[in-house]
Amino acid sequence: MNGNDFTFVLDGENIRFEPGQTIMEAATQAGIYIPHLCYHADYRPRGSCKLCTVKINGRFGSACTMPVQPGMQIDNDTDELTAMRRRLVQMLFVEGNHYCPHCEKSGNCQLQAVAYHVGMTDSHYPHFYPLRQLDASHPDMLLDRDRCIACELCVRASLESDGKAVFGLAGRGSRTRVVVNSESGLLGDSDFSADDVAARICPTGALIPKREAYLRPIGARQYDLRDIAHNAPPDPPSPEQMP
Amino acid sequence: MSKLRIATCSLAGCFGCHMSFLDLDEQLAGLAEQIELDRSPLTDIKHLAGDGIDIGLIEGGVCNAENVHTLREFRSRCRILVAVGACALTGGVPALRNGIPLAACLGEAYLHGPGIEAAGVPDDPELPLLLDRVYPLHEVVRIDHVLPGCPPPAAAFHALLTAIIAGQPPALEYALRRFD
Repeated sequence: MNGNDFTFVLDGENIRFEPGQTIMEAATQAGIYIPHLCYHADYRPRGSCKLCTVKINGRFGSACTMPVQPGMQIDNDTDELTAMRRRLVQMLFVEGNHYCPHCEKSGNCQLQAVAYHVGMTDSHYPHFYPLRQLDASHPDMLLDRDRCIACELCVRASLESDGKAVFGLAGRGSRTRVVVNSESGLLGDSDFSADDVAARICPTGALIPKREAYLRPIGARQYDLRDIAHNAPPDPPSPEQMP
Repeated sequence: MSKLRIATCSLAGCFGCHMSFLDLDEQLAGLAEQIELDRSPLTDIKHLAGDGIDIGLIEGGVCNAENVHTLREFRSRCRILVAVGACALTGGVPALRNGIPLAACLGEAYLHGPGIEAAGVPDDPELPLLLDRVYPLHEVVRIDHVLPGCPPPAAAFHALLTAIIAGQPPALEYALRRFD
């Protein structure tokens, strides 16, 4: 290895990277999927969901925040990490109210898709059934906090892409919740628009457009047949699908 | 080889999982060579055999005292207990009441709701008492296997049963592992 050898080892495979890239960026560029929910390529990493935890030279670290160094030995797709990621996803499920059978996002939901990817079939833990506030005040968008995983993507998108700062996170731990930047605290009284980038960023059904529910039949949805590892995030429905 | 004995029931469920099991259609004829049904809404047998049940399939969550009794009886008499469907695994639609105090639920249904005549919460001793909330099965008894889905696809029942008959650990392929 010399100073110009920008390669590292991911699951036994030599991967080239560009200096300054994180493990997530280098893996994504090489076409390798590392499970994640709070990471999005367009925004600075937050490193909170911990699903992208990998083993870096034998120690755990977040792939979305850790810069690659030449010669790093990284484990990603191992039974040990998959089992840990499964427990993390199960904790996300029991901490909120995720009722997939009647959720409009089902089939196009990244939380559900990651759960499928890591082999989750049950909740494992006792359910919290937390009481959370529903906000249907906006004419075009619904904010259902039951489904929120506090990934902060709407906060980042509104701030960095839309220049609006509509959302924030308040509270701590399992009481962390999305709050809205308006006098009343209601989404309908904010300057949020369905055309905002933040309106299409939510990986779950927490922030979801109205009047687009169940447009795609079961079997034709993003993750019905293909694992998220071989699948880009869902596109918004095309205009001809709109009612 | 003797047939595997299977018992099924629906607790706080809608019998949709049972309907999905029946969607196996002609494959049921093949299964019938290898399994026989004990207590089940499909046989109308009301009580579990004392012992010797190989597989218990439970649909629905646990919403009242009778559900707890039935579930514990299944657990004590079945070698393998399977939680079937979203309600058994998460509480499902009945668990939507979990954020509402029980007294408020009963009040809305029997005292203050629209169109109520002769208001009064039923207190017949034959009615099982409601629990404070709806519980998934795994919060009450130990569960051996699960079939997720609302309902689980018919093929998932087939995959589970044929694996157990063959003495293999059940595994569901991607398309059979769904939450809706």
